[in-house]
Amino acid sequence: MSAPVLEISGLCKRFRVPRGAGGGVVHAAEDVDLRIEPGEIVGLVGESGGGKSTVAKCVVRLLEPDDGTVRLNGVDITHMSQRRLRDVRHQMHMVFQNPYSSLNPRMTVGAIVSEPMRRKEHGSRTATRAAAVELIERVGLSAEMFDRYPHELSGGQRQRVGLARSLGLRPSLLIADEPISALDVSVQASILNQLQRLRAEFGFSCLFVSHDLASVEFLCDRIAVMYLGRIVEVGTRAEIFATPKHPYTRALLAAALVADPVAQRERVRVPLEGEIPSPVRPPVGCVFHTRCPIAELPLCTTAPPETTMPTGGTVRCHFALDDRVN
Amino acid sequence: MNGRPVLGVTDLRVRFDTDDGPLLAVDGMSFDVHPGEVLALVGESGCGKSMTALSVLGLQPPNARVTGSIRLGGREILGLESRALRSIRGREIAMVFQEPMSSLNPVFKVGRQIAEVLRKHEKMSAAAARRRAVELLELVRVPTPERVVDEYPHQLSGGMQQRVMIAMAVACDPKLIIADEPTTSLDVTIQAQVLEIFRRLRDRLDTAIILITHDLGVVADIADSVVVMYAGHKMEQAPVMELFERPRHPYTKGLLGTVPRAGLSGTRRELVEIPGSVPLLRSAPTQCVFADRCAYRQDDCRAESPVIREIGVAAQVACLHPVEVVVRS
Repeated sequence: MSAPVLEISGLCKRFRVPRGAGGGVVHAAEDVDLRIEPGEIVGLVGESGGGKSTVAKCVVRLLEPDDGTVRLNGVDITHMSQRRLRDVRHQMHMVFQNPYSSLNPRMTVGAIVSEPMRRKEHGSRTATRAAAVELIERVGLSAEMFDRYPHELSGGQRQRVGLARSLGLRPSLLIADEPISALDVSVQASILNQLQRLRAEFGFSCLFVSHDLASVEFLCDRIAVMYLGRIVEVGTRAEIFATPKHPYTRALLAAALVADPVAQRERVRVPLEGEIPSPVRPPVGCVFHTRCPIAELPLCTTAPPETTMPTGGTVRCHFALDDRVN
Repeated sequence: MNGRPVLGVTDLRVRFDTDDGPLLAVDGMSFDVHPGEVLALVGESGCGKSMTALSVLGLQPPNARVTGSIRLGGREILGLESRALRSIRGREIAMVFQEPMSSLNPVFKVGRQIAEVLRKHEKMSAAAARRRAVELLELVRVPTPERVVDEYPHQLSGGMQQRVMIAMAVACDPKLIIADEPTTSLDVTIQAQVLEIFRRLRDRLDTAIILITHDLGVVADIADSVVVMYAGHKMEQAPVMELFERPRHPYTKGLLGTVPRAGLSGTRRELVEIPGSVPLLRSAPTQCVFADRCAYRQDDCRAESPVIREIGVAAQVACLHPVEVVVRS
């Protein structure tokens, strides 16, 4: 097997809370391990405050990790200087959540899409223009968009422009942070389809951050579930959706609504009680034990080991292999 | 549904006069809501869902012209003066908005904000209103109501804030709650809790609920009947099971196809796309408003704007060539 495109190990990111706001330290990401193989789309799911975006931002170095390493195509980029980082940046590209704030309003679509290519490749004007037009068309927009400005475009069209820009330098990794959650459902569908097609054409890997399980199931090959800064379970699409092991994964799946009234109303409702605890004072041991339906004390006040399942996935739960709970 | 509707909306039109000419945000909507019924208003952004709800409450923007009829328990409330509307809002019809943080007053404690509704509409004493506020917080399953009444909105999570909004909404035992995307900004496990609260209110108090949402999962979970809106028009109305099993309007069928289905692992079919976007109506349409995006369009769809008509046992559709395929037997 070839080297992973992305390898995160032991990643930690903490934020200091100002004393005026209560003080303390937010443990946004704790000991996060994740690999993404070539061509693979990996979903990072969980509720808000779980640390998904923190991980994504540490990968592209919009945040500086406090501990751990991030390797991109085998190269450790964790502490790389910004200058040296520029030489590897073209290998990864971020697609942002809000297509309204992530495109420069004073640049035309053509300029936005060609900018990374102009910076990196210094090709002739006509060659760059031709490449940009091709990209614009490949993401499902018409070439006429080239001279338009972002404010003339709909949200879905803007997100496509963001995609076109991302793909210009043929990155091996896309980091997509909630790329569709600001869009209408019919537009979400077209962006999801487009990502699926582009992956087949361009062969990129993708870290797809989302709180929407349905789109993750549609798009992703493997899924990592985060809760309070920890990855609690990693598995293939089938493992996570058909045989979830971690009680939090199960709770998430149970709470996700199915757009089918017959199926939805037949489901047993066991709503998860309570709310996500403060990341400033996360529960001791297993961070989920305060809301977990199968937690046993004092066992769960100790940190659960990472258990590798027979099917290949990993679960951080004391009862991962326990038949009674499966 | 039998008995008299709580709310009857007939031929509602909301029109704006803008610098670029008139704009029809809602163009001839009619629907009834009955006691204990959850009616979902579904559609994409810009289709007129929220404007429909706001005009029912008399909260449309000042430059909007609203015509038609809105009857609350048989009484016409469209065109009532603002004083009369204020006594209806909060007492007979309550509203829950999407962003709880922007609907709660940041400088007052939660208990005081709930009590204000009671003191205003029910003329309760301060002490009685406070006691009732605690009970209401309990009703919406706030874990420590005695403590939360003395907290400020910013001290609460989004889910708790939304519960406070619902507690305020049910304070005067309204006949109708209009909830505009009430769970959209919440996490899934919290969304499940909030939907459960709506379900309990409906069951215990027989409250009618108009639920505005773009999330078909929420509709599948809690709605009794569904109105699908597009460009200010009602395209289809049907009981929820019927709508999902037998969508008759091509737009409804498209919307249902756009949703990836969680929990059904296996084949990855492409999702249905609806190319184009919702048009802005400048004048009364002379063709079907969906025709430009419709995969089932025929020549006569351009010739007239179809009127909504009864179809099947309990459904209505505004389409000349309704889809006839049953999605699942």
